[in-house]
Amino acid sequence: MDQLPLSGLIPLFPMVGAFLWGLIAFSGGGRAGSASRRLVVIAAPGMVFLSFLLGLYYLSLLLGMPEEVRFLHHVYFPWIKVDLFRTSIAFQLDSLSIMLVLVITGVGFLIHVYSVGYMAGDESLSRYFAWLNLFTALMLVLVMADNLLLMFIGWEGVGLCSYLLIGFWFQEPAYARAGMKAFIVNRIGDAAFIAAMFLLFWTLTSAGQGSFVFTNINLSAGLLQSRFIFGIPAAELIAGLLFIGATGKSAQIPLYTWLPDAMAGPTPVSALIHAATMVTAGIYMIARLSGLFQLAPTVMFIVAATGVTTAFFAAMIAVTQHDIKKVLAYSTISQLGYMFLGVGVGAFSAGIFHLMTHAFFKALLFLGAGSVIMGMHHEQDMRRMGGLRKYMPVTAATYLIGVLAIAGVFPLSGFFSKDEILFQVVQAGASDSRFLVLYVIGMITAVMTAFYMFRSYFLTFTGELAEHPSGHAGGGTHTDDHADSHSHGQGHGEARQDHHAVPHESPLTVLIPLVVLAGLAGVAGLLNLPSFLWGNSWLHHWLSPVFTHGSGHSISESAIPVVHDLVDTAAEARAAAGGFAGALVGAGISWVFYGKNGRQRNLAGRMMGWLGPVHTFVFNKYYVDELYDRMFVRSVLTLSRAISWFDANIIDGLVNGIAARFVNLSSAAGWMDQHIVDGAVHRMTEGVAWCGQRARGMETGYLYHYVMYSVAGAAAIAIILISVN
Amino acid sequence: MHEHLLSWITFLPLLAVPMVLVLPKAWVGAARWIVLFFMGVVLALSVWLYFLYNVSAPVNAYSAELPDMQFVERASWIPSMNVQYLVGVDGLSVPMVLLTTVVSFVGVIASWNTKLQKGYFVLYTLLYVGMMGVFVSLDFFLFYVFWEVMLLPMYFLIGIWGGPRKEYAAIKFFLYTLFGSVFMLLVLIGFYFFSDADPSPDRVVHTFNLMELSRTGTLVGVLGDGAPIRVLAWLALFLGFAIKVPVFPFHTWLPDAHVEAPTAISVILAGVLLKMGTYGLLRVNYFVLPAETAAFGAYLIVILGIVNIVYGALAAMAQKDLKKLIAYSSVSHMGFVMLGMGAMNGPGLSGAVFQMFNHGTITSMLFLLVGVIYDRAHHRNIDGFGGLAAIVPKYASFTAFAFFAALGLPGLSGFISEALCFIGGFQRYPVLTIVSTSGVVLGAAYLLWTMQRVFLGKPNEEYRTLEEISLREILSLAPVGLFVLVLGIYPVPMLDLMAPTLARLEPVLRAFL
Repeated sequence: MDQLPLSGLIPLFPMVGAFLWGLIAFSGGGRAGSASRRLVVIAAPGMVFLSFLLGLYYLSLLLGMPEEVRFLHHVYFPWIKVDLFRTSIAFQLDSLSIMLVLVITGVGFLIHVYSVGYMAGDESLSRYFAWLNLFTALMLVLVMADNLLLMFIGWEGVGLCSYLLIGFWFQEPAYARAGMKAFIVNRIGDAAFIAAMFLLFWTLTSAGQGSFVFTNINLSAGLLQSRFIFGIPAAELIAGLLFIGATGKSAQIPLYTWLPDAMAGPTPVSALIHAATMVTAGIYMIARLSGLFQLAPTVMFIVAATGVTTAFFAAMIAVTQHDIKKVLAYSTISQLGYMFLGVGVGAFSAGIFHLMTHAFFKALLFLGAGSVIMGMHHEQDMRRMGGLRKYMPVTAATYLIGVLAIAGVFPLSGFFSKDEILFQVVQAGASDSRFLVLYVIGMITAVMTAFYMFRSYFLTFTGELAEHPSGHAGGGTHTDDHADSHSHGQGHGEARQDHHAVPHESPLTVLIPLVVLAGLAGVAGLLNLPSFLWGNSWLHHWLSPVFTHGSGHSISESAIPVVHDLVDTAAEARAAAGGFAGALVGAGISWVFYGKNGRQRNLAGRMMGWLGPVHTFVFNKYYVDELYDRMFVRSVLTLSRAISWFDANIIDGLVNGIAARFVNLSSAAGWMDQHIVDGAVHRMTEGVAWCGQRARGMETGYLYHYVMYSVAGAAAIAIILISVN
Repeated sequence: MHEHLLSWITFLPLLAVPMVLVLPKAWVGAARWIVLFFMGVVLALSVWLYFLYNVSAPVNAYSAELPDMQFVERASWIPSMNVQYLVGVDGLSVPMVLLTTVVSFVGVIASWNTKLQKGYFVLYTLLYVGMMGVFVSLDFFLFYVFWEVMLLPMYFLIGIWGGPRKEYAAIKFFLYTLFGSVFMLLVLIGFYFFSDADPSPDRVVHTFNLMELSRTGTLVGVLGDGAPIRVLAWLALFLGFAIKVPVFPFHTWLPDAHVEAPTAISVILAGVLLKMGTYGLLRVNYFVLPAETAAFGAYLIVILGIVNIVYGALAAMAQKDLKKLIAYSSVSHMGFVMLGMGAMNGPGLSGAVFQMFNHGTITSMLFLLVGVIYDRAHHRNIDGFGGLAAIVPKYASFTAFAFFAALGLPGLSGFISEALCFIGGFQRYPVLTIVSTSGVVLGAAYLLWTMQRVFLGKPNEEYRTLEEISLREILSLAPVGLFVLVLGIYPVPMLDLMAPTLARLEPVLRAFL
């Protein structure tokens, strides 16, 4: 079957959708009950579904191709071309990007459907779907781009959509500020990304292989090995700068602070953008450039170490939070850390595997949390929940599946993907003991993950319902907790009336996506069944051609081996058993404190009390936000005010001063003109007049006087003439 | 018409001047229609010029390394001094011609309800002629005449139709530019007396022809190859052009002029006039004195360019007046042009010229949008609004579009030119260019912070009844906005247009590195 060069339609469908819904929103359409609103509600998810179907078509094509040529490449038109610098609008589909396409469109479609229910009452529904479709389109551009620069359109474009959607309810200043923070923090990473792109281009150009196309970069990355920029090995510097870019987008230390604030957006947005797709872009980028990163062992270790450190510290914060969305936000940061740990030890397929399973179970958890927030009439504080299993059985069951999956309980998907990563870290530790330290931290974090996720489940769904579910006296929570209260429109009027009534289960458009995602979170592990469970690690083999870069360059001895072989079945089984045990320990502790109908919750509270300042320190996120505010935000603002003052007073003062000197000079010249130059003229005229007065005496009227003057004059002339000659 | 296309484009709107002047009092309202008509015609003509311009075939090449001038018109003007009416365009000037007609057309729409329309539109037309003349002149004397001609209408347009401190701003603008052009005049005279365009040794032909001056060996004597006076000539020219760009520390006239100028004049000022500075640097400094440019000039330009980027952005962040903020953002964005120019390689030079065009369109949008809000609220205090997005969503959407274009969002035109300037810079000055990437962060910071303060948050009750952006205002934004959108996705027409000319300039400079 001939392949059709239609991959461009995959991002184009939602792009067209974004344009249309944007137009409807712009012209003031999409009001409750209008025909345009009904169109948006059906067609916006429909656009994403079309992309999903097209993705399935291309998957079927790729499945039918032999491994060596499993690559579709569609070049549409040249984009930027100046001498050697050439890029095109071109898309590629290989085993990695098709997987991401299906996750984005599949999970994206479910979240679109969910949003129809969740946002039902919102006035600005078409604006919402315009941006959600736009996000989907740009995320697809990000993963399908065949070159770095086009990927950067998607990279910053999803950041734009994130900004717009975090601040969707922009009338709340805190939400709008959260969007702004997200964009600016991301821009710091993007500046490093830009530097990396162009340094990479010139270094490759000087080696005769300048290109932005991923396949070329990966093939010719070996040429970087003997080259240095500022005395640093080129591959290390470029990979390091790219990783800084990744820490922004994927919320890792030191640029993670925007993600918790990003929870200000509508919950489906948190699920799609800030859990399932956008935040994984950094992991995707590293995997996509695996040929480059494999040549930078130092940076790879930094990636792994940063990942596991972030995972650990974020998990600690998650343990202390009361807001259900904040718990999930820190959990996302933590899980992204695991993915970086995976790609950092060179286990790219394990990282991508976890990316996929995480997309399922974290989207599920966020959507579940959204369902709870709806059912609880816009309450997000878990201390005011409890016993919701009774009122919201479907939400509770699906949320539990999500918790089991993320905790890594066999046989749910998280068990396979997380243990795959930890196993690869142990493997790496065999040759380099530093990785064993990372493994230990990773294991501790796994126990903590199980603990805080079960904690969120127990607090929300078990025990007894708190007395005033709709109360807003948020002790430790923030003012932005009533995030979704703005969604009140005419449609939600009913919800407003029973504000103090019992929690209720959510509508079908909300529940169906939950059930489907729960199914995916449950079984996705089967895609990569390890050998000790009689599997053949299908996903690993499916992806591995993407991470092996042929004969183009030889990897030096110091570089990280491409992908670890999965032959040591027994070791893997041991590692998996260890991971499973860790999950059970965490879940067990959680059950002791928060389960058992919550009898020991007071104990947990008392323990936090004993920990006192430590707890406060962690609860307040180690005061990193405050630190950044002091160190960077305020100093930049002070500098900018200083510069503005300097500009107005010194530079412009100089200009005005010089001008004033000229004015002085000209008035001085004016005085001189009046008194000296013009004065001289006056003096001369006076002199002439004076001479005239004196000379008047010669006018006697006597003829003999005049004759005498004439003779004297003639004599004088004669004397002068003679003396001159 | 074909042979005299450039003269038509330059002078045709002059026909509007007598037409406007004889209008009886009752029909004064027709003045804007007349000028709009003529600006529309020259806009159409410049688009036609774009399509007629032959990118691939060399026409009228002076020598192998000089750009191919097309649509050349030549007539003797002052024979005793060998001054010619010599106009022509290459890949450097066609984008500027197009930018000038587009922005001038948009400016007429933005001036729709101005007072004292007769005088305003007559001066506006004269301003157009001066600007266009600068971009098409190939004779340095002619160039200088147009350069000065442009000053006078600008002086009156700011001085009469401006804000509270209009006299100060107008005089500052006038004197500052005049101060710079005195130095240009000195070099102009020097070029004339120390040039010999005639190849035979027994005859000396002095010339103002920029193409001939650009040819190696035309400048002789104290301005001959390698002469130390050439360095002074380069610096004197630089000073003249730098004030116009404006390059730090000669930029302080800009915020004052912008704040006081009426909307359309701010648009022209930022959209077109600033480009005359960088255009002059490229056309005169780069082509006529390439050795000095490569030896030290480019470094000066890059260093000051980076100061412009960072300093301009930081200064913008501290502003309280919306128009002043955008004025400083121009300082920052023109820094990218200088970064690209200083890189002296293909991507850098293309990026510089493309950034000149893109800054012209983007900043026009920004000033038009400031004008919209100023017309309604009668102030521009950033902290005096708040929550406008809920009251005037359409206006907020346009502003968001313009802001994101200005901060270089990929997919819009500004990104491509900034990226090209960066890539050019990274080849030659990696450390300095890394410093300049901080402009990317600062740009996002001050624009989004402004967005936050003006449009987001709780709606300010005082502006509950603020009027939404009108159709006329949307029509004034549309032409420039379209360029921003289309060239972001498909910049090839513009890049291909510039490429052959810049491809000839680049080796000329490289020879001296």
